[in-house]
Amino acid sequence: MELLAFYILGAGAVVTAVMMVIHRNPIVSALNLIFTMFCLAGIFVLLNAHFMAAIQILVYAGAIMVLFIFVIMLLNLRGEDWPPLTWKKLLASFIGILFVGYSLIKIIGIFRGSMLPVATPLPEDFGTTRIVGEKLFTDFLLPFEVTSILLLTAIVGAVMLAKMKIDKG
Amino acid sequence: MVPLSHYLILSAILFTIGMMGVLIRRNVIIIFMSIELMLNAVNLTFIAFSRFLNNLDGHIFAFMVMTVAAAEAAVGLAIVISVFRNKPTVNVDEMNIMKW
Amino acid sequence: MEIIAPPIDLTGIMPMIIIAITGILVLIIDLFLKERSKNILIFISLTGVIIAARVSFSQYGGIHYSFHRTFVMDTFSVFFNLIFLLGTALTILISANYIKREEINHGEYYALILFATMGMMLMAGGSDLITIFLGLEIMSISLYILAGFRRTKKESNEAALKYFLLGAFATGFLLYGIAILYGVAGSTNLKDIAASIPGRLFDQKPLLLMGMALLIIGLGFKVASVPFHMWTPDVYEGAPTSITAFMSAGPKAAAFAVFFRIFIDSLGNMEPNWNVIIGIMAVLTMTVGNVLAIAQDNIKRMLAYSSIAHAGYILVALVAANSLGFTSVLFYMLAYTLMNMGAFAIIIILGNKGEEHLNISDYAGLGFKRPLIAFAMSVFMFSMAGIPPMAGFIGKFYIFSAAIKAGYIGLAIIGVINSVISVFYYLRITVIMYMREPVREFNPISLSPLIILALIISVWGTLHLGILPGTIIEFARKSTFAFF
Repeated sequence: MELLAFYILGAGAVVTAVMMVIHRNPIVSALNLIFTMFCLAGIFVLLNAHFMAAIQILVYAGAIMVLFIFVIMLLNLRGEDWPPLTWKKLLASFIGILFVGYSLIKIIGIFRGSMLPVATPLPEDFGTTRIVGEKLFTDFLLPFEVTSILLLTAIVGAVMLAKMKIDKG
Repeated sequence: MVPLSHYLILSAILFTIGMMGVLIRRNVIIIFMSIELMLNAVNLTFIAFSRFLNNLDGHIFAFMVMTVAAAEAAVGLAIVISVFRNKPTVNVDEMNIMKW
Repeated sequence: MEIIAPPIDLTGIMPMIIIAITGILVLIIDLFLKERSKNILIFISLTGVIIAARVSFSQYGGIHYSFHRTFVMDTFSVFFNLIFLLGTALTILISANYIKREEINHGEYYALILFATMGMMLMAGGSDLITIFLGLEIMSISLYILAGFRRTKKESNEAALKYFLLGAFATGFLLYGIAILYGVAGSTNLKDIAASIPGRLFDQKPLLLMGMALLIIGLGFKVASVPFHMWTPDVYEGAPTSITAFMSAGPKAAAFAVFFRIFIDSLGNMEPNWNVIIGIMAVLTMTVGNVLAIAQDNIKRMLAYSSIAHAGYILVALVAANSLGFTSVLFYMLAYTLMNMGAFAIIIILGNKGEEHLNISDYAGLGFKRPLIAFAMSVFMFSMAGIPPMAGFIGKFYIFSAAIKAGYIGLAIIGVINSVISVFYYLRITVIMYMREPVREFNPISLSPLIILALIISVWGTLHLGILPGTIIEFARKSTFAFF
């Protein structure tokens, strides 16, 4: 049952990810990526990461992707045509795909060949908001606090770069 | 029960798809979305390891990755807008005032 | 269930707090300032940097973990903090006039530089991959924004975009590496990873190697080593000159601090696996950087390739992986900060509004018209080329002796050959300054007391480190005790 859910969600994630990469229209790509993120959230639930699954949908699908779609619409981007194929480009992408495919097969081989930890019974509250929050506010307090500076930097920077005009004085 | 290697292979596949997207697409927004996909694949690795090691550090790391991804998205899209204002294109091949 | 709040010990992160508060103060005060009174911000930022340096210096000695071992304050991180703060102070000094000239005089500029500095300090002191990663991101995001700060200039936009895309791409690899390492070791703490590696070397070696390779790719991007250097020349050329200066000093040093800490502290047991890869990278980085620098006409691009080449020398010291190598790196980073900042200060001085005179031939005749500036430029060029008695010579000397001591004689020879190649393009600038007739007027040049101060510090530092390196070498040697 769990295996079936994994395969369905996994296949969904891979298919939509590929669609995202190859589709001409940025809006369709963005929607596909949102679907990938939903599938991943489902897989997180399979992994007992309930809090992360919720955050995945709230932050990624809810905030980041909305920003993407907003910008695509703001810039009024339409689907682009694929550039004309030349032999050089075809050869380059062929070599690229060969290389990436080879390394992917290698990596899969590594994962299959390694002695990986097997599932052990988890404590009942593994991955719940309470336990993740507790970890965040005790062991990882410094990283958590430091993200405030990270977000402040991002806010200041985004306003700075995207502001229409900067008033003087 | 799904073994750990399945999750890791799925995340490797997603990471590779994202990487291919960065390498073959010329549209800045799609390149950027492919990078987000790569980060998602990494999150899957973290959370899968976390569950099988019975150790929550991976969840915290994935949480931080999401924060960083949000910050990067805000800044990255602001950069795209500021580029677009001076030159209405999102094609990286046309950004060639300086040679790559 | 009650959550017990951990004891909070702020001593270790005090310099970071000071820098962050200064940054926030700058942002707030900026709101109330008129355009002409923005000089106040320079003094606020400088005061913050000096106080942070003072506090950091007073913490020198010993190893102090805090925040559940996610942060460490040891001699190594304090030395790097001082390098970052020096780089930041010099950047603020050389920026003042430049950002007025380019009409980008906004308070956010200083605030972002300060936040980036905080990120670097977090990187140097991170003893957990999570803190290192967050520090790296704070620094990188600030730099993406700063690179695109001249919003009306297409070059600046492009630089920001290229830097951002490649930087975020590299972050993906770095994170994947961290994830794999976490899976193998069961922890993101550097010491825990180090402790778990000997037991994993048998059954999970391929996984470990994969994580290590991904980390090398990610960090290789950040330190701009070949073959991950493509972004450097474009970003250096397009970014505002003061930011180029900033990027080539502090962030580079920070990335190296992380590189060293992870590879010696955590993956030290795997040295036979990484030293060949990093050795090859070092050779490629030195050679490609130096050879391509010869062909450049734009001085910023030339310095970009030169900074790639310098990254190669430092990687040689990483391969050597001994106490002498670390000492030489600390010394070299300090020397490089001084000489590089000085060179960029001169580029700023010689530019005018709208016309930056970045072509190397624009420097013709500088020696006759402005002998002092030309003298300073020659000092920096000689130092970068590694000609005695400048700081660069001592740094390179120590790096190559560390390589020889560790038995990498071939690497040392390639390094020396590269140094000789580099003399060619550094001296070319000196030759043009002194042997050619001037093709343009050097009036008006944008001199201000602040930038003159920065120049004096750099020239003095470069000469002092070259002629009397003893104290600093000793200081650097003590700073490596955290590792050896």
